[in-house]
Amino acid sequence: MAVNFIYPDYEVARNYDRCIGCRVCERQCANEVHEYLADSNKMVCDDAKCVNCHRCVTLCPTRALKIIKSGNTYKENVNWSGKTINELYRQAESGGVLLSSMGNPENYPVYFDKILLNASQVTNPSIDPLREPMETKVSLGAKPRNIERDESGRILNNLPPQLSLSMPVMFSAMSYGSISYNAHESLARASEALGILYNTGEGGLHEDFYRYGENTIVQVASGRFGVHPGYLNSGSAIEIKMGQGAKPGIGGHLPGAKIVDDVSRTRMIPEGCDAISPAPHHDIYSIEDLRQLVYSLKEATNYKKPVIVKIAAVHNVAVIASGIARSGADIIAIDGFRGGTGAAPTRIRDHVGIPIELALAATDKRLRDEGIRDYVSIVVGGSIRSSADIVKAVALGADCVYIATAALLALGCHLCRSCHAGRCNWGIATQVPELVKRLNPEIGYKRLVNLLTAWQHEIKEMMGGMGINSIESLKGNRLMLRGVDLNEKELEILGIKHAGE
Amino acid sequence: MKRVYVNEKWCLGCHLCEYYCAFAGSNEKDMARALKDIKINPKIKIEEKDGVSFAVSCRHCREPLCVKCCITGALTISDGVITINKDKCVSCYTCILSCPYGAVSPSNDGAVQKCELCVRTAEGTPACVRGCPNGAIVFEERG
Repeated sequence: MAVNFIYPDYEVARNYDRCIGCRVCERQCANEVHEYLADSNKMVCDDAKCVNCHRCVTLCPTRALKIIKSGNTYKENVNWSGKTINELYRQAESGGVLLSSMGNPENYPVYFDKILLNASQVTNPSIDPLREPMETKVSLGAKPRNIERDESGRILNNLPPQLSLSMPVMFSAMSYGSISYNAHESLARASEALGILYNTGEGGLHEDFYRYGENTIVQVASGRFGVHPGYLNSGSAIEIKMGQGAKPGIGGHLPGAKIVDDVSRTRMIPEGCDAISPAPHHDIYSIEDLRQLVYSLKEATNYKKPVIVKIAAVHNVAVIASGIARSGADIIAIDGFRGGTGAAPTRIRDHVGIPIELALAATDKRLRDEGIRDYVSIVVGGSIRSSADIVKAVALGADCVYIATAALLALGCHLCRSCHAGRCNWGIATQVPELVKRLNPEIGYKRLVNLLTAWQHEIKEMMGGMGINSIESLKGNRLMLRGVDLNEKELEILGIKHAGE
Repeated sequence: MKRVYVNEKWCLGCHLCEYYCAFAGSNEKDMARALKDIKINPKIKIEEKDGVSFAVSCRHCREPLCVKCCITGALTISDGVITINKDKCVSCYTCILSCPYGAVSPSNDGAVQKCELCVRTAEGTPACVRGCPNGAIVFEERG
């Protein structure tokens, strides 16, 4: 290549007064940014290879490293930003579709940040969660539509299968293949310790993890990878993945390089062969078709497990959700446009789908208006970043939230958004053995437990402040929410009042 | 007694333990000042070959050969921890020859050196254990 048009986005700034030449940066960078020059006893680096994952920064024992934004600039142009120009150069060079990882980072409104919570003052008492019991337990699943009695008038138990969670959070789908064995083990062990669930994603379930079955949601997606009767019966629930927030309308593609050894066995496909999940399920073209799959799965598991249908938040999400509620699904999962991914075409990730807050509010309202809200539980994902987002989501009508990016951050992810390269320096989005071992599940699962334990405390504090002692009483309680910097239409869709009203 | 154990499954071969060990023995407050432009001579050392790596330091044997063979009584064992009295050491290196783990080595100041579980420097947990980024070096009681 004669000319490279693109100047590196980042520079590795090394403080040579603090660098002791221990070479940990060199040894820990899978992108081979750092190099030790023995003759001059000096570390040097190639900024162009840096993905800004902070592995070297974090491990440097003398804090001699930091990553800074490259100061190089094009002539300022509001319309043609440097990022836009670079992307164009890259495509002119490669002729390919741009790939990206993790969630949509673009400058769209974050509605959670424009919603504020209420608290009790004077006329209604707040509750101190350190002194009084607070309930964060939730049950997910269809609720009985009527009370049934036997001949002698005793109430019959007609409760459909439920998922019981200690708090309204689950780890959302990330397949074994897209993330590492150690990442999966961390999620599984944390779920068991916390009394919540994690999700296998479309990659089957590694045989070592069947013992965490009670805390597992097994996913059935359009590629049907790793699906067999034992798999379906191993978890507590089955999720049919119709769509993903990061890439609505398209399928998945796990490159053959990641289909190694155990991944190939777990997915039930040959080693080295690309795992392509089609955009649609080829047997689902209507709600009636979806119903067939829902009931096939229920039949296969003896009607003992709730079935989740996961969709991406798109324009007609509320109507689609209404159809799903009538298809026999027990739980609807909606994934917003900020949701993460191991790889997606950049244009799809950044321009398709709608914000989860609006999708959730619209769906909850539609199902209530139709009188079918009790048919299903609603789980929302797509960038739940904190306990405050959870409280706001529940107040907007969610039964539970899915988190994944937040969980990966707890495991060490620094959101460098290079998962698709397969050389994750943190041992998460990679199948390279020497990188995978960097994530010790013993450390990882404890960090996940810490994170959610902290969030649970915060949820209780916020609920207590509102005078609410059970998360169920907060569900759909939009009077606890007020909007700021929102227009009439946004407030109408969210079903909340403006601050001051 | 608590000892330092290494699990090669989680060892990344990053060599940070060596630097934290060298820092712990330096009596400096700042690592950069302590180790800048110095070729370190740590008491824990990474062994690596063909993608397998692990740290080796004194096992603090129950029946230590190094103590048994020390001709001046510089190496002693008390409460299970084997320590070196550098004033007594005459650098005959018999201990180095006799240690089956290669955990005793010449020091930069004439005597020999070995891991003393940071009893003289750090509080509680040895520096290599605290500095290991992946929990590969642990300090625990085992049967």
